Amino acid sequence: MSQSEQATGFPKFSLGDYGMVVALLALCLLFSLLTFKRQPGSGSEAEAEMVGSVLNQISKSDFALIVGAANTESENLARNVYQQVVDSSRDKVRLIIGTPRDLRLALDELSDNGDSLGGIVASGDVVKWRVIEQMPENFPQFSNYELAVPSERLWPDFLKASNLLAIVERIVVIAIIAIGMTMVIITAGIDLSVGSLIALSAVLSATVVKKFGGADAPSWSVGVGFLVGILSCGLIGLFAGSLVHRFKVAAFIVTLGIMMMARGLAFITTGGFSIDQVPNSFVWLAQGSILGIPNTILLLVLIYGSAHVFMAHTRYGRYIYAVGGNAEAARLTGVPVGAVILLVYTISGLSAGLGGCLQASLVRAASPNMANMYELYVIAAVVVGGTSLSGGSGRVFGTLIGAFIIAVIQNGMNLIGIQSYTQMFTLGGVIVLAVLLDKARQSGGIRKLLAGRWN
Amino acid sequence: MVASSDKTSPPLLEMKEIVKTFPGVKALKGVSLTLNKGEVLALVGENGAGKSTLIKALGGVHLPDSGEIIIDGQPVTLSSPHVSQLEGIAIIFQEFNLAPKLSARENLFLGKEIVSRGFIDHRAERSRARELFQQLGMSIDPEARCEDLTVAEQQTVEIARALASEARIIVMDEPTAALSQQEVEKLLSIIRRLREQGISIIYISHRLEEIYEVADRVTVLRDGETVGEAPVVDVSKSQLIEWMVGRPLEEEFPKRRYQPGPVRLRLENLKGGSAVRGVNFELRKGEVLGISGLVGSGRTEMARRIFGADPMDSGSIVIDGEKRSIRQPRDAIRNGICLLTEDRKEQGLILIHSAQENFGLPNLKSFKKGAFIDGKAESRAFEEKRKSLKIKVSSGSQKAGKLSGGNQQKVVLAKWLQGQADIFIFDEPTRGIDVGAKYEIYLLINELVARGKSILLISSELPEVIGMSDRILVMKEGKIMGEIEDAQSTSQEAVLALALKE
Repeated sequence: MSQSEQATGFPKFSLGDYGMVVALLALCLLFSLLTFKRQPGSGSEAEAEMVGSVLNQISKSDFALIVGAANTESENLARNVYQQVVDSSRDKVRLIIGTPRDLRLALDELSDNGDSLGGIVASGDVVKWRVIEQMPENFPQFSNYELAVPSERLWPDFLKASNLLAIVERIVVIAIIAIGMTMVIITAGIDLSVGSLIALSAVLSATVVKKFGGADAPSWSVGVGFLVGILSCGLIGLFAGSLVHRFKVAAFIVTLGIMMMARGLAFITTGGFSIDQVPNSFVWLAQGSILGIPNTILLLVLIYGSAHVFMAHTRYGRYIYAVGGNAEAARLTGVPVGAVILLVYTISGLSAGLGGCLQASLVRAASPNMANMYELYVIAAVVVGGTSLSGGSGRVFGTLIGAFIIAVIQNGMNLIGIQSYTQMFTLGGVIVLAVLLDKARQSGGIRKLLAGRWN
Repeated sequence: MVASSDKTSPPLLEMKEIVKTFPGVKALKGVSLTLNKGEVLALVGENGAGKSTLIKALGGVHLPDSGEIIIDGQPVTLSSPHVSQLEGIAIIFQEFNLAPKLSARENLFLGKEIVSRGFIDHRAERSRARELFQQLGMSIDPEARCEDLTVAEQQTVEIARALASEARIIVMDEPTAALSQQEVEKLLSIIRRLREQGISIIYISHRLEEIYEVADRVTVLRDGETVGEAPVVDVSKSQLIEWMVGRPLEEEFPKRRYQPGPVRLRLENLKGGSAVRGVNFELRKGEVLGISGLVGSGRTEMARRIFGADPMDSGSIVIDGEKRSIRQPRDAIRNGICLLTEDRKEQGLILIHSAQENFGLPNLKSFKKGAFIDGKAESRAFEEKRKSLKIKVSSGSQKAGKLSGGNQQKVVLAKWLQGQADIFIFDEPTRGIDVGAKYEIYLLINELVARGKSILLISSELPEVIGMSDRILVMKEGKIMGEIEDAQSTSQEAVLALALKE
């Protein structure tokens, strides 16, 4: 006679299966509502609007200046608009990309040539440039011009493409390392060394690149550098795993020791200095893109996809759960427990190594004291994602959600202007809350959890 | 032996029409039970019949939905374990409630320390502990750590703790499941002593022999209802079994024909640690070889070494005439050996994982689709075994920990049957399993033998070893003390004599 929910035919809606996704979406919604703002137009609609205003409102005999601030969204927009306007065989058009000074020089030139200004087409922050505001005083000769600006729209800061990409960049390192950590924690272990391994991997790869010529190093040497960083961390993970398995030392202590050793090695490698002489190809890993998709996103999709398939659909994935569920029962069922332990700590090391390369690539430098306390953020992501510290259960996609919950909270608090100390406090609180919610799920509801006794 | 119940005074404990419903399950549908002062009441029923729920209601763990609990003629509400204790009820669960690192004395007085001037009075506690142990006829060092005590001694500590808290009613849930024959005798004599002291006992057991030995009356539960109640002298064993399973059972052990084939497994002077000191035997194809002996005689330790779970120091394992190197369980499995461990929960199953995952774990190589697991093939195979072994699960995804003992054992069986094993080592396969499921496991053993498999059956229940084996080996102190060639016509005394031989 079973007392489980399935036996009674009740559909089983458990908070935990979808709860974290719901929490993430709720956070996104909250921060979207809190950051609703009038945004300057952008995108293809704005583009069409701007092209239209050039062609329809500015006479062919007058000059049209299309302005964009360098390295912002307005630059791309200005370039596209310029292209289309030129394609419609207008010739009195100028494209100005740069700073307010560049616009002023262009206006001076027009004025010197005695040309007439029909309009300035701009978007984004360009509209607020003082050059434009002070036109009536400084350039009284251009009294009769149009300022063509795409219409504004209401849109949350939080949901801007640039902000969403910033969230991904903020979390990519933690999220990738959290995969290895998830596997380790599912075997009922822990790996505290990953934060230090980030620094070690970063300085090792940057040191290799430096040996090959620093900023002028060839691209292939960057590949070699990354490989050295990643594989070294993998070896260190293998070492940690063998101590844990062969000598049955608590993983907490083994990896605590390795955490300090690795940090020390990172300082020894660089003599305490940071390395920022790296070529552009070094930065490509975390800041480049393939077919218009940022590498960070591609990496996340690729690595999480394969980790999920590995954990859910392969023999060794199952073994990892079995070892964490009951190591002795697993051994007596023929599971190669030792191999599984070595494997998860090696994967954890490798993913920390990759994380180190990404971190160095993101900040364009490698420093021995980078990524301090990252191991704790990684563990927090795993736990918030629903993996139990007692082993045997957990999902890699849960971890991804957990990592994003942390990143979204940090990002959202930045956007609404919360102080960093308050942020730290809040984030800690959220982690505690997440773990309590997970307990509530295990004991079958918040009410049941509260009904428990103190002793 | 007849209960010393006085017909004029009310019973010590009465439970009337107790109903308890869990979400979707009506665990108790109106159970009634009476217990007189100084009486041993046996409570029997298959797993899932409602015994544990009833006991938990008595222990203040579950509050009944309806029904009355009357103690000394006064209705009581047992709203928490504490209230239940104050009423003089002590429950000794199968899993003991002892802190392993603390001493017997510390456990005995945990929560009710003898204090003088704000400090624990060790001397007073120690002498009270000795007194209590003496009262039970056991000599246990009060300062010994609980984890160093034998199971029987730990049990005594539990009983003494009940006495220390002045319990009038002691409930024992399967107290003999982990005891050797000798220790069982000892426990039964303790129970008789308690009865003489006027303490009432509710005794839960699957072993019917013990009930006839010690109980005054028996109450039988089935599917959450009281189906029978009688003084033990008035009820036959077959009547009891019929009450429990709801249909007459032809025989306790199903018959089969003994047709031994060639030798499949031979142990040559197997030694390992202090527990296994040179074991030699042969196991044939199509044979059940029973291994008997007292707890601690090295039976389990020997089995674990054949399976590679513990290292062997010397000797060899010969399978089908060839010497095999078995260093870890994986090697044994590759050589067609499987082990049903005596401890299902700790060693046989991963309780937090589903029944199907437990079933699939050793067989993943056979559910392969390229580099991946073929989940559909796995479900199909599990479904097949679920039907043939009659495993009661709501679905393959039900957690193994939620299943009853019998069904857990069937899941363990299913996972080994799926593989290509030829030699099955069954270590206490029916411990803690109800009568119906026991019989099914016996039938399965016969079926395996009929298919030419070889079985090593380790059991502390003498009737089981005798009833199910073709030959019996008796172990003592890590060695084989003797062999009984014709198990069918031997007696318990003959086996015991070998087990105790000097």
